[in-house]
Amino acid sequence: MSTLELDTQVDASRMEISDEVAIEISDMNKWFGTFHVLRDINLTVNRGERIVICGPSGSGKSTLIRCINRLEEHQAGSIVVDGTELNSDLKNVDKVRSEVGMVFQHFNLFPHLTVLENCTLAPIWVRKVPRKEAVERAMHFLEKVKIPDQAMKYPGQLSGGQQQRVAIARSLCMMPRIMLFDEPTSALDPEMIKEVLDTMIELAEEGMTMLCVTHEMGFAQAVANRVIFMADGQIVEQNEPHEFFNNPKSERTQQFLSQIIGH
Amino acid sequence: MAGLSYVRVEMLPEREPPVSEVGLIGWLKSNLFSGWFNTILTLISLYFIYALVSSILPWLWSPTWAAQSLNECREIVSDLGKEHGGACYGVIRERWQQLLFGFYPDELRWRPILTLILLFVALAPVLFTEAFPAKMLWFTGAFLFLAPWLMWGGVIWTPLLVAAGLVIGFYAFKFSAGAIGNLAAIILAIALPILWWMFAIGPISQGLASIIPFGIEVVESRLFGGFMLSVWIGVVAIAISLFLGVVLALGRQSELMIVKYLSVGFIEFIRGVPLITLLFVASTLLNIFMPPGTNFDIILRVMIMATLFASAYIAEVIRGGLAALPRGQYEAADALGLDYWKSQRLIILPQALKISIPGIVSTFIGLFKDTTLVSIIGLLDPIGLTGSIRADANWNGIIWELYGFIAILFFISCFSMSRYSMWLERKLRKGHQ
Ligand SMILES: Nc1ncnc2c1ncn2[C@@H]1O[C@H](COP(=O)(O)OP(=O)(O)OP(=O)(O)O)[C@@H](O)[C@H]1O
Ligand SMILES: [Mg+2]
Repeated sequence: MSTLELDTQVDASRMEISDEVAIEISDMNKWFGTFHVLRDINLTVNRGERIVICGPSGSGKSTLIRCINRLEEHQAGSIVVDGTELNSDLKNVDKVRSEVGMVFQHFNLFPHLTVLENCTLAPIWVRKVPRKEAVERAMHFLEKVKIPDQAMKYPGQLSGGQQQRVAIARSLCMMPRIMLFDEPTSALDPEMIKEVLDTMIELAEEGMTMLCVTHEMGFAQAVANRVIFMADGQIVEQNEPHEFFNNPKSERTQQFLSQIIGH
Repeated sequence: MAGLSYVRVEMLPEREPPVSEVGLIGWLKSNLFSGWFNTILTLISLYFIYALVSSILPWLWSPTWAAQSLNECREIVSDLGKEHGGACYGVIRERWQQLLFGFYPDELRWRPILTLILLFVALAPVLFTEAFPAKMLWFTGAFLFLAPWLMWGGVIWTPLLVAAGLVIGFYAFKFSAGAIGNLAAIILAIALPILWWMFAIGPISQGLASIIPFGIEVVESRLFGGFMLSVWIGVVAIAISLFLGVVLALGRQSELMIVKYLSVGFIEFIRGVPLITLLFVASTLLNIFMPPGTNFDIILRVMIMATLFASAYIAEVIRGGLAALPRGQYEAADALGLDYWKSQRLIILPQALKISIPGIVSTFIGLFKDTTLVSIIGLLDPIGLTGSIRADANWNGIIWELYGFIAILFFISCFSMSRYSMWLERKLRKGHQ
């Protein structure tokens, strides 16, 4: 998995990180029934940070980032996104969701709508953008992910990589300030992974705040400013990528890294 | 291992398949006569088809169109020396108008006919979304109120005021939802229009009629009958039950406990009761609960029962469609910030309804055929009319011609519905893959 060659020259140091806090998670806990899936999570993300989250299957990575736009509800502690606390107040939830974009492992495009309609739907119905402007915006982002010519097709007519890029464009059309990615490339064939990663790298270079669950270690090394390792619902280790990969401190991390880089 | 290496130097051209595989002979051979067992089955089937057709055709071929009575038919047939007897079409000639329209006044029959034509206009943008502009849906909406007025007549104000009830419900919800919460707002949005329909419409439309008396002649419900009655009950029940079914299916999935258990209770109750008992309730029991002196139209009562009955089944069909959608669709809609109603309307329902089309159409076909049950509570649908026709001294003893005619009417309607649903399924499958 670490063998990915990125021919785009990425200059991580050029990407600015501000002092402004984008996401603040403190003492957050979550249970599924009696199963304690997230335990005492503390995490502060500054604007412009690119964070990669990795860890063994079932460690709670997806659950963690799904809590950030409240696809999952946490039961203790607090999550503050862009100054808005996620609680039972639906207005807050709506506000956070309109500022946080999410890309799923299985794309989750709307199969009954064309690519263009997928991209214009939320801006028109949630942000009340005039249709014409929404179409222009959608075409702009479709161009950015390099598939403007597929705009009139249905998602089912596209390849996996193209679908994932549409999903990214669909999120970007809402002009989010934070992007969450949940294993965006793990349902893709190897030759399509690169086209999606390239799109994500471009986003990072533009200063997007990103949280990305992925096992693409090449991507982590090139783009992330911080790598977080999770196991059993806890943050076990976090560090800047170079240190993280070359000098992992905890035994769990060493074990995990040797497993995914070993083959 | 030199033999392993092989390189094709010349590409093979495409060739015609052998004659035994194509054309009529090929088709016969592969479909009807492949092996001795199939051949025997084919021969036996051919014999049965021959036996059936050879006894039915002569019966059908019978020049009795002009006959005035069953006896006259019999004379014509025996004069021809037909051994199997022959059909008596005189009864159809004499009674077809009655079988189609019941006792709807002759000079007003243009109204149901116009309603039927307008029905097709109203259905066009719904059934063939691509061929007709979406603006036509406005007419479809208006038709819902225009049709009852055309059928029953009366002053123009009544349908307009009925429509106003829906507007009242909508605004009641919109303005109260913020103040009293969603659940209370829904209850208010249902209760207000019902009160409006029950108590306000009568006096107001009378008042308006005394100022601007524009209306058409009233046709009473007891004159409704024939195939027209079946279609009328069927269409109204189908249209409203589709809407109610969606509401019930969403209600069943609701996180609001009360809404959920009301929906479940309603659906399970209706599905556990035969339609005919509901119709008996409509025809007899309801009168007991109504305030004395109110005259609640029998056809309306039957329509309500048929609608409730169908909506429970539609709700279950749609629930299946909702359950078949991957969770990711809900999550993507949530993540984009769409609220519950928007994600239902724009993302979930369009897909769930599409999956449910075959089930919805079967339910409708079943409902349409079940409208013949109204004959049991004394309404004069085609089956109800056969009783009086056969009681007529002239036609006493006639069976096949009458029921055959009715069967053909129903078959044409139901078969078209079924073909439409197959066409739609195919189209939708092709469109999005
Ligand atoms: N809706 C749910 N109900 C109950 N348990 C759940 C639910 N979703 C996830 N879990 C459990 O919570 C744990 C963490 O799941 P999560 O999907 O966050 O893991 P993950 O780290 O993303 O794993 P993977 O790498 O396989 O995606 C798992 O044990 C999973 O079985
Ligand atoms: Mg996961």
